[in-house]
Amino acid sequence: MKMRIGEKPVVRRFHQARWDEPIIFELSQPGQRGMLVPEIEDEIVAEVGEVVGALPEGIRRVIAPQLPEMSQPHVLRHFARLSQENLGVDLNIDIGQGTCTMKYSPKVNDRLANSGKMQDLHPLQPESSVQGMLEVMYRLESFLKEISGLDRFTLQPRAGSAAIYANVSMMRAFHAMNNQAEQRDEVITTIFSHPSNAACAKTAGYKVITLYPDQDGYPDLGALKAAVSERTAALLVTNPEDTGIFNPRIEEFVKAVHDAGGLCSYDQANANGILGITRAREAGFDLCHFNLHKTFSTPHGCGGPGAGASGVTKELARFLPSPTIEYDGNSYFLDYDRPDSIGKVGPFYGVSQNMLRAYAWIMSLGAEGLREVAEVAVLNNNYLMSKVLEIQGLDAPYAEGKRRIEQVRYSWEELAEQSGIHSEEIGIRVADFGTHYWTSHHPYVVAEPMTLEPTESYSKADLDEYAAILQHVAEEAYTNPEVVKSAPHNSTVHQTDHKVLDDPQTWAVTWRAYQRKIGENQEE
Amino acid sequence: MRKKRSRSYPYIPNSEFAIKKEMLESVGAASIEEFYADIPERLRFRGELNLPPALRSEFELVKHIEQILANNQTSREYLNFLGAGCYQHHVPAVCDEINSRGEFLTAYAGEPYDDHGRFQALFEYQSLMGELLNMDVVNVPTYDGFQASATSLRMAARITGRDRVLLPKGINADKFSKIVDYLKPEIDLDLYDFEAETGLAKVGNLKEMVSEDTAAVYIESPSCFGGIETRAGQIADLAHQKGALYVVSVDPVSLGVLKPPADYGADIACGDIQSLGMHMSFGGGQAGFIATRDEVEYVMEYPSRLFGIAPTVVAGEYGFGDVAYERTSFAKREGGKEWVGTAAALWGITAGVYLSLMGPRGMSDLGEAIMMRTRYAMQKIDQINGLKVLFQNSHHFREFVVNFDGVGKEVVQVNRDLLARNIFGGKDLSLEFPDLGQSALYCVTEVHSRADIDHLVDSLVEVIA
Repeated sequence: MKMRIGEKPVVRRFHQARWDEPIIFELSQPGQRGMLVPEIEDEIVAEVGEVVGALPEGIRRVIAPQLPEMSQPHVLRHFARLSQENLGVDLNIDIGQGTCTMKYSPKVNDRLANSGKMQDLHPLQPESSVQGMLEVMYRLESFLKEISGLDRFTLQPRAGSAAIYANVSMMRAFHAMNNQAEQRDEVITTIFSHPSNAACAKTAGYKVITLYPDQDGYPDLGALKAAVSERTAALLVTNPEDTGIFNPRIEEFVKAVHDAGGLCSYDQANANGILGITRAREAGFDLCHFNLHKTFSTPHGCGGPGAGASGVTKELARFLPSPTIEYDGNSYFLDYDRPDSIGKVGPFYGVSQNMLRAYAWIMSLGAEGLREVAEVAVLNNNYLMSKVLEIQGLDAPYAEGKRRIEQVRYSWEELAEQSGIHSEEIGIRVADFGTHYWTSHHPYVVAEPMTLEPTESYSKADLDEYAAILQHVAEEAYTNPEVVKSAPHNSTVHQTDHKVLDDPQTWAVTWRAYQRKIGENQEE
Repeated sequence: MRKKRSRSYPYIPNSEFAIKKEMLESVGAASIEEFYADIPERLRFRGELNLPPALRSEFELVKHIEQILANNQTSREYLNFLGAGCYQHHVPAVCDEINSRGEFLTAYAGEPYDDHGRFQALFEYQSLMGELLNMDVVNVPTYDGFQASATSLRMAARITGRDRVLLPKGINADKFSKIVDYLKPEIDLDLYDFEAETGLAKVGNLKEMVSEDTAAVYIESPSCFGGIETRAGQIADLAHQKGALYVVSVDPVSLGVLKPPADYGADIACGDIQSLGMHMSFGGGQAGFIATRDEVEYVMEYPSRLFGIAPTVVAGEYGFGDVAYERTSFAKREGGKEWVGTAAALWGITAGVYLSLMGPRGMSDLGEAIMMRTRYAMQKIDQINGLKVLFQNSHHFREFVVNFDGVGKEVVQVNRDLLARNIFGGKDLSLEFPDLGQSALYCVTEVHSRADIDHLVDSLVEVIA
C-alpha cells in the first residue's frame, strides 16, 4: 500500500467558494418570518386605540415593500455563503492592497468592541455614566499626540477622507480668521498623495494644483516653489508617498509653504513604516491625520466603518470640531464651549468602537512594540521588493538603487510590452491562487501598476508564497498568456462583462432596476 | 534562573531575531536603519515614545480594558429614553453573526472576483433599500446620516445649477452644523419656520421662500421632534413648481408603516441606517444612505460607490462591479464628485441582513409597535399634572417633546433625579431650542415595554413633586 502523500506544489491549489447563490429576492417564500417583534400589550392597545390606521392617506404606507419573506436559518445561510465568497486579512496574504495597510486586526479587540459595556452605550448618556469610554478616547488622543508630536486631536471623522476634509475645513477657518479666505484659494498636493487630498480640497472650494515627481521619483521641490504664492492656502501631502518613497526634502516643502503664509497638512493615513521613526512635528506640519483602520489595526469592514483622527498644533486647536474630550483631574467631560470651532464634522464623537480597538492595540504594543511594527513592516517590504524584482518583466520605477519605506509601486510595463498581458489581468489571475492585488489609484502615472504593502503581519514564508504566485503568473503570461487572459478560473464567478455598468440603459444598481431593464430591453 | 523575557510579538511573525537577520542578509542590508536612509537625521525621532508600558499578554490587556469599561453604565443596565439620531432597537443575533465573520470584517477593497461576496451583499443591501424606498438607485453607505443629507443637498445644487437650499429651523443642531460646514463656500442656506402646534413645516412660510434660485427644499420626516410630515406631498408641489428638487430625510425603520418619500414626490431620499441592525456603540453604528430615481443626471452626481449587477460568461451566474466609476474621485481625483473613500460598508451589509430577516411583515409590525408605544408614552406623560407633551397635534414616530415649564423644573434637574433612579431621561433641548422652554426629547422604541414606560411615568411623577 502506498502511504506517502507527496509534496505540495509551489503555488496553492486554491478554489474560492462558489455557491452560485441566487439574489436574495429569489429565495423568498411567502409567509416565512425571520424575526418577530415584541407583541403590543393589551393595555397599550386599550389606551391608544388605532395609531397607524389613524394616519392620513397621504403618508401611510399602503403597498407593502417587496422585501423577501424568509426564515431565519435561510437568511443566515445566504449571507454566510456570501461571506465565504470574500477574502479578508483573516484568510489571505493580504499584501496586494498597497496604501491600505492590511494588517492583523486582533480578535481580542473585536471581542472588547462587541462587549455590552461598549455596544450598549448611547452617545448622549450623562457623562458620569460613560467615564470609561471617555477615558479611552482621552488616552487614545494622548497617544496620537505623542506619536505625531502635534498638540491636539479630534477622533470625530469617520474615516481618513473625512479627516482630510476636517483638516481642510480647519485651514479654511484659519485663513478666514486672518481675513485671507478669499485670497488663499489654492491647495497644492502631489500626484502620489491619496486622491482624497485633491478631492476634499476641491469639494471645499479650492483650486487644486498637483505636483508631479522629478526624474528620480521624488516630489519636485522646484515645482513646489513655482506653485507656491500668496494664493496658497495649504499643502496636503502624503509621506511616505504611495510609491513608498519618503520625501527627504519635506522640511523644505513645509518651509516654502509657510514662507508664503500657507498651512501644511501631513497625510499620515498610513504611518505604518514610520511609527516612532519620524513625526509630523519635527517636519514642521500644522496638521496631520491618521486612519485607525490602517496603521492602528482596526478591521476594514469591506470598506468601513474605519475611523479618522485629525491632529493640529496648539495654534490651530481652537478650530477643532466640537466637542473635545477633557479631564479635570477627577473626571472626563465633553467640552462644547468652543466658539471658533468648525462645528461638527459628523454625528456624536466618531466611530467609538474602533477607538477602543486602536487603544487596545497600542496598549498591547507600547512604544517599543510600535517601533517593532514599523521596522518589521519596512523590513518585510524591502525583502519582498528584492524577491519580486527577480521576476522577469517587473520593475520598481523611481529612486533606483534606493530602499523603500513600507510599500512599493511596481510596474509590469515590460511584461505588458513583451507578453501583451496587463497588470489588471495579472491581478485577476492572482486571485486563482487565494490572494489578490489591486493595481493602484488612478491616474496610472506608473504604467501597468501594482502596489504591494506587506505590513508587519506577514511571515517570511507568506512573502515567499506571494512572490511565488506572482512569479508563476508572470511565467504564464510569457508561456501561456491565454490562461491569464481567460482568468479567473478558480473564483466564485467567471469573467464579467463590466461594460453594462457604464451604460445608463443597462446599468442596474438594484434588483428592481435590473428586472425593469431586462423587461424593457426585451421589448425593443 | 528565570529565562530572559521573550521579545517576540504575537501579532508580528517576523519579530524574531533570527528571521530578521536572515531577511536582512537576503536583501544585503546591515540593519533596518538602512531602509530609512531617505529620512534626514533632523527629522528622526531618536527618543522613545512616551507611552504607557505595554500590556503584552492578552490576559493583562483584557483585564486593563475591562476595568476601564466597568466605569460605563449602559443603556441595558439603565432604562434609556435617549434618541436624537442614535436609537436603541433590538439587534438580531444574525446581524452580529454575519458582520463578525472575518471574511467580511477583515476584507477591504477587493475586486469583484476575489471579493464577490461583498459585492453581492452590498448590491442586495441597495436592492432591499430600493424596495423599502421605492427607488431604483441606492448608494453603498456613506459615513452617516449627516453626510447623506449634506451630500444630497450638494447633489441637488449640481443637478439644478442653483446655489440656495431651504432647511427647517427644527433640525438637530449638530446636523445643521455639519451641513453648514459642508455646503461652504458655494451653497447658501435659508431656514423656514415650523408650526408651534405641530412642529411641522410652516407651509405658508416655505411657499414665500422657495424661488427660482432654490436648488432644494429639504424636509425631515419624522422631524427632529418626532413628528411625521403630513403635508409632504404639498411641499413637493411647492418645490417642483419652482424647479427645485425635493430632498427628504427619513429613518428607513419607519417605512414599514410610512409612505416612502418617492411616493409623495421626493427626488432624493436620504438618512441614517443605524436603526437597521446596528448597535448604538456610543455613536459608532451610524451609516448614511442616499437614494434617487434611475436617471443619468442623478446617478452621475453620486460621489459614492454604486455596485451594479452584470452578466458573466456563464449563463445564470451573477457578476458585479462599479456603476459609472468615472464619476468618482477614485477615478478622477478632484475631477470626481466630492470624494469617496472608506465609509460604512459593513453596516450596509448588516442592514441588508436586517431587512431580509424582518421582511415586509416584520417592518410593518415594527413600525406599528413603535408608533403605538410612542403614542402610549405621550398620552401617559401628558396626563401627569404640570407636564405637557408638545406638538401633540401631529403623528409621532419614536420621539416626542416633553415640557417641564409647568412644574418649574429644569431638564438638567429632572434628568439628574431620573439618573438616580437608573433612568436616562430625554435629551435636553433647552439650549438648542430656547423657545421651547425647559423641554426634553424622549425616545420610545419596540424595546420599551408597557412596564418600562409606566416606570418612567411613575418616576417622572416622583421627580417633579
